Amino acid sequence: MKDYFYLIPIAFGLGLTALTAFMWSLKAGQYDDLDGAAERILHEETDAPIRTTQPGR
Amino acid sequence: MGCCGSGAELTATLPAPRASNEEVLLASRVVADGIRQTDLAVPTIHCGACVRTIEKALAGLVGVESARANLSAKRVTVRWQSNGGPPPFVETLKRAGFEAHLFDVESDKDDGALSELIRALAVAGFASSNVMLLSVSIWSGAEAETRDLFHWLSMIIALPALAYSGRIFFRSGWRALRHGRTNMDVPISLGVLLAFGMSVYETVQHGPRAYFDAAISLLFFLLIGRTLDYMMRERARLAVRSLVRLAARGAFVVQADGTQVYLPVEEIVPGMSVTLGAGERVPVDATVSKGDSELDVSLVSGESVPLRATVGSTVRAGTLNLTGPLTLVVTAKASNSFLAEMIRMMEATEQGRSGYRRIADRAAALYAPVVHVAAFLTFIGWMVATGDLHNAITIAIAVLIITCPCALGLAVPIVQVIAAQRLFKNGIMVKDGSSIERLAEIDAVIFDKTGTLTSAAPRLVPAEHIDSASLKLAAALALHSRHPYSQALVEAAAGLTPSPVVFDDITEQAGFGLQAKAGATVYRLGKPSWALASPESIVGAASVALTQNGQWMTGFCFEDKLRTDAAVTVAKLQQSGVRVEIVSGDRKGPVGLVAAALGVPYRSGVTPNEKVARIKSLSAAGHKVLMVGDGLNDTPALGAAHASMAPASASDVGRCAADFVFLRQSLLAVPLAVSVAREARRLIRQNLALAVAYNVVAVPIAIMGLVTPLIAAVAMSGSSILVVANALRLKGGEGIAASAAPDTISAKAILEGAE
Repeated sequence: MKDYFYLIPIAFGLGLTALTAFMWSLKAGQYDDLDGAAERILHEETDAPIRTTQPGR
Repeated sequence: MGCCGSGAELTATLPAPRASNEEVLLASRVVADGIRQTDLAVPTIHCGACVRTIEKALAGLVGVESARANLSAKRVTVRWQSNGGPPPFVETLKRAGFEAHLFDVESDKDDGALSELIRALAVAGFASSNVMLLSVSIWSGAEAETRDLFHWLSMIIALPALAYSGRIFFRSGWRALRHGRTNMDVPISLGVLLAFGMSVYETVQHGPRAYFDAAISLLFFLLIGRTLDYMMRERARLAVRSLVRLAARGAFVVQADGTQVYLPVEEIVPGMSVTLGAGERVPVDATVSKGDSELDVSLVSGESVPLRATVGSTVRAGTLNLTGPLTLVVTAKASNSFLAEMIRMMEATEQGRSGYRRIADRAAALYAPVVHVAAFLTFIGWMVATGDLHNAITIAIAVLIITCPCALGLAVPIVQVIAAQRLFKNGIMVKDGSSIERLAEIDAVIFDKTGTLTSAAPRLVPAEHIDSASLKLAAALALHSRHPYSQALVEAAAGLTPSPVVFDDITEQAGFGLQAKAGATVYRLGKPSWALASPESIVGAASVALTQNGQWMTGFCFEDKLRTDAAVTVAKLQQSGVRVEIVSGDRKGPVGLVAAALGVPYRSGVTPNEKVARIKSLSAAGHKVLMVGDGLNDTPALGAAHASMAPASASDVGRCAADFVFLRQSLLAVPLAVSVAREARRLIRQNLALAVAYNVVAVPIAIMGLVTPLIAAVAMSGSSILVVANALRLKGGEGIAASAAPDTISAKAILEGAE
């Protein structure tokens, strides 16, 4: 019974971390251009995304 | 063109209108202090190399803060410093080989529905996997105290997830109920809420059966279907939007003191005087007060031959000014112009379509009462048999959970998503799932002629008497004109070396042709009666003559170019039991020739109203009509028909009104879409049958009170996987065999007859 007090919060916390990371990446616009992202790794220049602000977001 | 055969997908090759600085400014918006952002639609972005070329070209401009191309949306976002005026984006991109249009950000309403769905999906996925972990431990035999603890934990996870992810269904179900209707979301919401409520009660009472896992994984599965469905529509919407041509956003208005000021189209009122350059679209209905030009009206009235516009002529909004500058006096506001009138007509005729009920909603309307009555009868039955209220309620709710339309909720959208994917691969955009359902029902097709069956641009008829020297000479002259015949000549001479003759002075006379001087020699290219010194010496039936000092050199004939595979398309449609006819706004001569070449009945000189009337009379006779058209004059008909398709080159309004937009030249898109839609309908019916069969097996088990949470979870996942697997069998549209040579009809008279 004692193990639950460690294991369940750990399992729960790991899940929450993944969820938070996904939400963050969604909000940061990382899924806006999936085709483009696949091509951009072939470019040599360093490449930082710009925030494309969308209306209504 | 930039790279990888770009442009192959696009049919729109109209004279490129120019974007003035004022227009760029009007379409941009302030995003930070001193920084403005402009969005451009660049339909020909095709690969990583395009992205790189574009970003490099734009970033090199003075005043550009940053530029980023979006390959999926085929858009470019540029940020620039507003103190120096807009940098020349469109021109720069054009030099780099990309056609760019300003993108109206304001009208591109992003309601954030997709990101809401994805967030809900992520939360439901997280919660269902965690609850499932706990549930597996319970099923494998956790004893009383552990089970209770796990139930409590499940509840703590499920409650916020249900509130967050479930509201998409609750909201839509509640909206339907409030309007006295029911849709699929009503039984879903009810099932989920009851399952959750009963599980909470069980948990509090230390009972053995809690359905948290069933409730939350049901939401998860349904959200997958919902999100895919939305993404399909969103992608089509973006793809269609990126085609938006530079419509007239405004015009130069001449003020009292003679200066010109650029005003947006909404602020232009009757009585104002507007100047219009060659290559610009008429912004509002007006009459010509100065100038002489020709107008391309093919998108507005369906006529393929340009119309002459001189002082006193009435011009309609949306027509393209081809040859010379014009000064116009405005006669109607934008909201009263021809364009707006067409939109109003379309909205008025759309009731037929809004009356259409989607298959899923019809299924839900049948399904919900049956299930709810079954659950209620189960409750009554157990009450009578045992008198145990708690047991009776538990079993009745188990019936609701097991019948909860997981498979039913996925059965329709998953097939439509896969069908849309197949169509997308073949260059056909689908507006939404209901379009696919409606298209499967059609049994008659009405084609528009100009721009739909034929491409908008005419083609030079190859003839033996045209020697390459005169062709080169004619092409060199024609280069100075936007007239469709001139462009056809330039196109015909594309592979030849340029003409050695050097012209000093070239003038264009609207409605007649071009005149050029080379030293003492005068060349004329245009109407034979004008180009020749003595009209009696006309040779043959040429519609355009090339003359030297009034002496005949050679004559050219032009023909309407039928779209690729038009004949095969018509044959295929007729084979599949669909009746085909042509209804066009063009004159009898050209329409008759096209109809004869295809062997179908036709109507010519038809007004937009008569097109709608024709569709209505066919509908009254019991036909379901598919309208295929591109012009403004087709827009009301596109709205009135049971289903509608438009080519990518169609007017903006036409494209928005159509259910399907096809991007490739080939008309085979039409029979292909019909066959995919019919195949999709077959699979949807199979899926619904599967869902019913599943219920036939599962419901008796539930009514007998034998359902455990484990059985519920297995049954629901199993049926969902079954319908998804069945949907994947959709085979239609495995590629169009595109034939390279465009069919042409030898019809010299087509264009001449219309002179």
